[in-house]
Amino acid sequence: MRLLLHQFRAEQKLFWRSRELAFFTFLLPIVFYLMLGSAYGDEDIQGVGGYEFLLAGMIGYGAAATAFAGLALLLVIRRESGVLKRLRVTPLPAATYIAAVLGSIVVIFLLEAVILIVLARLAFDVTVPDSPASLAFVLLLGAGAFSALGIGLTALIRSAEGSSAVVNAIYLPVAFISGAFFSPDAFPELLQLIGEILPLSHLIRLCRDVIAYGEPVLEHLDDVAVVAAWGVLGLAVALRRFRWEPRER
Amino acid sequence: MSAVEVTELRKAYDGVEAVRGIDFQIGAGEVFGLLGPNGAGKTTTVEILVGYRRRDGGSVRVLDTDPERAGGAWRARIGVVPQTGELFPNLTVLEHLELFAGYYDEPRPPREVLALVGLEEKGRSKTRTLSGGQRRRLDLGVALVGNPELIFLDEPTTGFDPGARRAAWETIRSLRSLGKTILLTTHYIEEAHRLADRVAVLRRGEIVASGTPAELIAQAPASVIRYRRAGEEVVIQTEEPTRVLHDLTARALSDGFELEALEVHRPTLEDVYLDLTEEQPE
Repeated sequence: MRLLLHQFRAEQKLFWRSRELAFFTFLLPIVFYLMLGSAYGDEDIQGVGGYEFLLAGMIGYGAAATAFAGLALLLVIRRESGVLKRLRVTPLPAATYIAAVLGSIVVIFLLEAVILIVLARLAFDVTVPDSPASLAFVLLLGAGAFSALGIGLTALIRSAEGSSAVVNAIYLPVAFISGAFFSPDAFPELLQLIGEILPLSHLIRLCRDVIAYGEPVLEHLDDVAVVAAWGVLGLAVALRRFRWEPRER
Repeated sequence: MSAVEVTELRKAYDGVEAVRGIDFQIGAGEVFGLLGPNGAGKTTTVEILVGYRRRDGGSVRVLDTDPERAGGAWRARIGVVPQTGELFPNLTVLEHLELFAGYYDEPRPPREVLALVGLEEKGRSKTRTLSGGQRRRLDLGVALVGNPELIFLDEPTTGFDPGARRAAWETIRSLRSLGKTILLTTHYIEEAHRLADRVAVLRRGEIVASGTPAELIAQAPASVIRYRRAGEEVVIQTEEPTRVLHDLTARALSDGFELEALEVHRPTLEDVYLDLTEEQPE
């Protein structure tokens, strides 16, 4: 427990000191919320206000940016720079280390979600969700599933140099077709279909149901199942393929 | 009791044998040098001993434990300076030492380690601002902060300028005087000669010679006599330098020629090393 806390504090320090990572994963969803909101926040989208619609999209996007992309980048850089390898010869247990890294990322994502929700409430009059329990469940589900996918993704990235290109090439298009930035209704059917298969559209829908429509998460277990299934897939890849060492040259 | 016992150790990568059945022991408190050219199998050996890699054959005991089955308590007793690898660019030197100190139950105080590796002035500097030599000293500091009894140094001074190398040697000597057991790999003969109590020379995954530096030199083939005659260099290797030299100078005097640039040369560890590690034509 002492070790977990020690490592958690270090992870927080490392995250906030890494300005690029903090900007792209933490700040960008908030910046996008303000930008896109200024464009169509006052319109009605799918029966809800633009700001409400966007809030759900940006929380989903935040999960992809922080828990998926941010975590994957952070772990690949540490693996390729030899930091992970060096940790393995210290008494710090691997499970404690991973738990601290995950815990730190989840806390950052939750903080981001809370900032978005408070910002939406104060600046744009978006109502706070009726069921905090449903919201908390959805946020933790998203953080867990996307973290697992992020760790799984590290197995597919071979070098630190190419890592941000690979990560961005995956999560940015996914965020688009999943409707994080605007409604995907106008997209071609094929894109919509791909979006339906991927987990982010379901996470965003869950956020929207809970935040904008005020529905409890229990009424949308099908979406929960898809997000969870992707999380399990990520976890399976992570458990089988995660490496602590840089690739041999 | 031996700190390290290696018997018939084998390791292959994709069918290519990197380590081909080596044996050695390191006594507690000893500085042991694993000397060899690049690709001889030094790093593979170290990585097996610290538990990074699994061996294909043979037995390994490190602090009375098989590294493949060792846990956190065992890892608290070893320190490793890897050959390559970076740390966190955004943490300061002292923050690194504090971070790693937190992993151990009984760490050495970070400020003490700072002094031990000569980075007192750099405690508050971010790692990314350090020079190569300073980073290497931080590598050593990170390995020492757990106060380990056995330290693995994989080419600790590669790429150092001569001044920095001497400073690093001083640090390693001071570790030795603290009673630490040290396994040092290097391809610098002088380094092994100056620091190691015993040396094993590794060539293509095999130990081709081992002993104290003095023993290795004593194994050397012969003394070497060199001179130039008519622009040609003549090299004679001999076990009886006195007699050969006597004959040679007698002949030179009687025939009236000069033995230009005459020298009699006792083999150094470098000669022995080059002799042992030279690629012999197959």
